[in-house]
Amino acid sequence: MLTRLFPWLNQGMAVLRKDLRIEFRTRYAYSALVMFAVTTLVTVSFSVGGFAPDTDIAAALLWIILFFSAMAGLSRTFVHEEETGTVIALKLAAEPEPVYLGKYFFNVALLFSLSILVVPMFLVMLNLDIAMPVAFVAIVFLGSLGLAGASTILAAIVAKAGAKGSLLTVLAFPILLPLLIGAISGTRSTMSGVSMELVTPDLGLLFFYNGIAVVASLLLFEYVWND
Amino acid sequence: MIWQIILGIWMTVVIVASFLYMPATQGLGETGRIIVYHVPAAWIAVLAYLMAMVNAIGYLRKKDIRLDRQAQINAELGTIFCILATVTGAIWSKGAWGWYWNWDPRQTSIFVLLLIYGAYFVLRSSITDSDTRARLSAVYAILAFITVPFLVFVIPRVYSSLHPDLINIPQRSLDMDRKMLHVFLSSLAGFTGLYVWMYKVQMRLENLLYKQAMKREG
Repeated sequence: MLTRLFPWLNQGMAVLRKDLRIEFRTRYAYSALVMFAVTTLVTVSFSVGGFAPDTDIAAALLWIILFFSAMAGLSRTFVHEEETGTVIALKLAAEPEPVYLGKYFFNVALLFSLSILVVPMFLVMLNLDIAMPVAFVAIVFLGSLGLAGASTILAAIVAKAGAKGSLLTVLAFPILLPLLIGAISGTRSTMSGVSMELVTPDLGLLFFYNGIAVVASLLLFEYVWND
Repeated sequence: MIWQIILGIWMTVVIVASFLYMPATQGLGETGRIIVYHVPAAWIAVLAYLMAMVNAIGYLRKKDIRLDRQAQINAELGTIFCILATVTGAIWSKGAWGWYWNWDPRQTSIFVLLLIYGAYFVLRSSITDSDTRARLSAVYAILAFITVPFLVFVIPRVYSSLHPDLINIPQRSLDMDRKMLHVFLSSLAGFTGLYVWMYKVQMRLENLLYKQAMKREG
């Protein structure tokens, strides 16, 4: 199994390098993502005003911002391939699974760099204290990973369906909801600092959701990718 | 024809028995009678969605467009029964909890189930080419069904729910009295028959429409 997985990983890294290089040249996806997140964040902060919202609302707001920002930027990789017509060359160059892995890594990188920027900003602007910082970081980490994991294959579906504007959000929301429920509940618990016992089921849910999303995507991606 | 008549009589008997033969449940009182309709509807919804996924997998393996139509019909029937389960659940919830809707984990999960298949139909209607539509919607149906266990089985157990459980896990038994079990199982059989019949009617209609479309194209 590992010997079969290693060439996939190598080729996946090659796809990732290619996508990163394109991204560094145009910076389109990242700028769109960051600007979207910052705009929503400022709107939220502005409308909430001077008082700090309680943890229930703050946790939900954080994940709403992350979810919709992700939806704004994640379909970009596949749509770009379709628009420029490079999709045929990529099909010739690599198997479907490495392509999926490369795009998945790229989306993970995109979302992590977004979270690193947006989450501290969110905490500062809404004046929030985190009672359990390590668990909080773990929840945000697993949550962002899951957002990328389930959205990547959906982005490919949307690109094949002709990149209809809001289709990705419609398709992704119900599939991502178990993840969002877990992430919001975990964020709430870590912010208000209840015992670790209450956070563990959320971490477990996020962990297994990630595993299932990636395995299912790897199995199914071939059918989306090849016409 | 004979089967439809038997089915009609069967369901009538189940409805009458659910009010006259079956005793009121312990703890839930008269509202507990809804178990005869609510649980079978939910069961058929899951069954139809499962069949939709099996058809979707079959389509991806064999590329037979008929399987795509079967998947669509199953998804439609599943959605009808899912709506029935949601509505009966909300009515029961009003009687037992005092609210039609209070985002209990069970209500959340069934609502998301409806959202998933709503998105599935949106995806189908957004693609014009029938082969692409069949392929992409099959992938989405499988992805969606993989998250269903999270919604139906994991979330209500991880987060505490007020929803009554039929199967008593510690005692490994069904919490039901004998008369109630009779009516409940008959209702389950009746609903399954209803589903099979509806599926056949829909399938015949879709096949006729398909033939007509083929003829028009020449």
